[in-house]
Amino acid sequence: MTWAEMQPLLRDACLDTLFMVWWSTVYAVLGGLPLGLLLVLTDRGGLLQNVAVNKVLGAILNLGRSLPFIILIVWLIPFSRMVVGTSIGPSAAVVALAIGAVPFFARLVETAVREVDHGLVEAVQSMGGGTWTLIFKVLLPQALPSLLAGLTTTVITLIGYSAMAGAVGGGGLGNLAITYGYQRREDALMNVTILLLIAIVTVVQIAGDLAVRRLASRGGRQAAPVGLRRLLPARPKPAAAGTAAVAAEPEPALDKAV
Amino acid sequence: MITTKGLTKVYRSRGREVTALDGVDLHVREGEVYGVIGQSGAGKSTLIRCVNLLERPSSGTVTVAGQDLTALAGRGQRAGAELRRARSRIGMVFQHFNLLSSRTVQANIELPLEILGVSGKERERKALELLDLVGLADKAKAYPGQLSGGQKQRVGIARALAGDPKVLLSDESTSALDPETTRSILQLLRDLNQQLGLTVLLITHEMDVVKTICDSAALMKGGRVVESGTVSELLATPGSELAAELFPVGGEPSGPDRTVVDVTFHGDAATQPVISQLSRTYNIDISILGAAMDTVCGKQVGRMRIELPGRFEENVVPIGFLREQGLQVDVADVQTPAPAAALLKEGAK
Repeated sequence: MTWAEMQPLLRDACLDTLFMVWWSTVYAVLGGLPLGLLLVLTDRGGLLQNVAVNKVLGAILNLGRSLPFIILIVWLIPFSRMVVGTSIGPSAAVVALAIGAVPFFARLVETAVREVDHGLVEAVQSMGGGTWTLIFKVLLPQALPSLLAGLTTTVITLIGYSAMAGAVGGGGLGNLAITYGYQRREDALMNVTILLLIAIVTVVQIAGDLAVRRLASRGGRQAAPVGLRRLLPARPKPAAAGTAAVAAEPEPALDKAV
Repeated sequence: MITTKGLTKVYRSRGREVTALDGVDLHVREGEVYGVIGQSGAGKSTLIRCVNLLERPSSGTVTVAGQDLTALAGRGQRAGAELRRARSRIGMVFQHFNLLSSRTVQANIELPLEILGVSGKERERKALELLDLVGLADKAKAYPGQLSGGQKQRVGIARALAGDPKVLLSDESTSALDPETTRSILQLLRDLNQQLGLTVLLITHEMDVVKTICDSAALMKGGRVVESGTVSELLATPGSELAAELFPVGGEPSGPDRTVVDVTFHGDAATQPVISQLSRTYNIDISILGAAMDTVCGKQVGRMRIELPGRFEENVVPIGFLREQGLQVDVADVQTPAPAAALLKEGAK
């Protein structure tokens, strides 16, 4: 197969993959974020403690997570037909992908929100903050770096799942690799597909990491040096270019206001 | 300003019951700094959390600024609108600062105002004013992660003051800070107490904190308040454990046939130099063995251990003189080390 023959196949497959991953991610966030939050809030000692809701919700999410995706996608064929009017193609695959990703993301949201220091909740309660204030001004903003990391993991998992969308004729890069690369022994196409998948996953991971790092950097990366580090010259600023004179300058008294 | 009556909190977990508070009656007057001291597990943390109902007391009432908060609590777990409004008028400062790392210093201080529904411009004005008050005017755009512990606590205090509270609760607010920073934070609390007429209820396990800023103090043990009162009331109470801890005196007599007495100055006594008067009037030599004294508003507060020559029977008149001056005098229960020393000398010979 020549490059010219491969190109349209690859382009379509790429677009299908991106279509499926994008929409299923959107639904995963729309469904997983509230469910994950609800799981934390209704837990014992939570803001909206409700053991019954918590148990049922947890059981449903576990059910969704315990089914292998390839089985889920086939099992959901009648449901997909009901929702999007067809049981084949990328749109049908999005239904299955979204339903598979919601419990996955919900559990990641649960972990992220649970990590928020309870002292912050208590502090905002002491100012008279109610449950909505706590959710939107404390829990979500404080968990944002972890939530973004979870989102990155979810997107990458969805890229992997989307390869199985071929089972319902969903198209995409994974399907291309199976039908052309494996079944028709087009090694070159197989390799190109794999490279493309690696490239997409890498870009997503790097973008996610950058976003998380940017958010985390306000949490004290530029904190005042403590202990022995105080004795070392300040890290050279880009503008100062680390000249000895600048580095040797006494540090401004960081605790002057204290 | 803050009154608790019969406050009891019992935790139940897996069939076991733990009584954290056992009928606590506390009365904090308007405009005073009230310290509750006790060891870990004495129930002081539970007590301060019950004052703004972060913990629901099992029984008893809490009244803050004339409002019965326990009546507002309702039955459910969630705080109703009325209780939340009442809480917004009580500031609270925490041991671990509890600032939101996702917000700048200024946005942290604006948070209670957002909850109160204050407009953006007004919030900013108030936040900058408060930052100025706590001496951090240049840190408005910094994130809490970029501040030192003392600076974080200053932000915590500014945040607690944003809703113009009349009452400030301080939950071990200096326990995570070094001694020097602790002093500056206590000074700030003292200034705020005096400038704004703020009533401060603080809990601590450090006697120094009570000594530095408290007008009144209470000692908690096993969920009960075992002693309480103003510092001079405590001093006037014979055998007061708090007074002994606040003003510890030590020292042993220099030889046999000496009378050792502890003199307590609890602020109401004459401001004259009594010791030198005593010395001149009766022509006796007085040694000061130990003293823990402070002068507050021109009045002397504290305790002093002095030694008078001769046995107790010979010193009845000078001791009477001291009592006449309005001082509390107790004969110290100390053994003269002399016999043991004498025996040693005998042995050496």
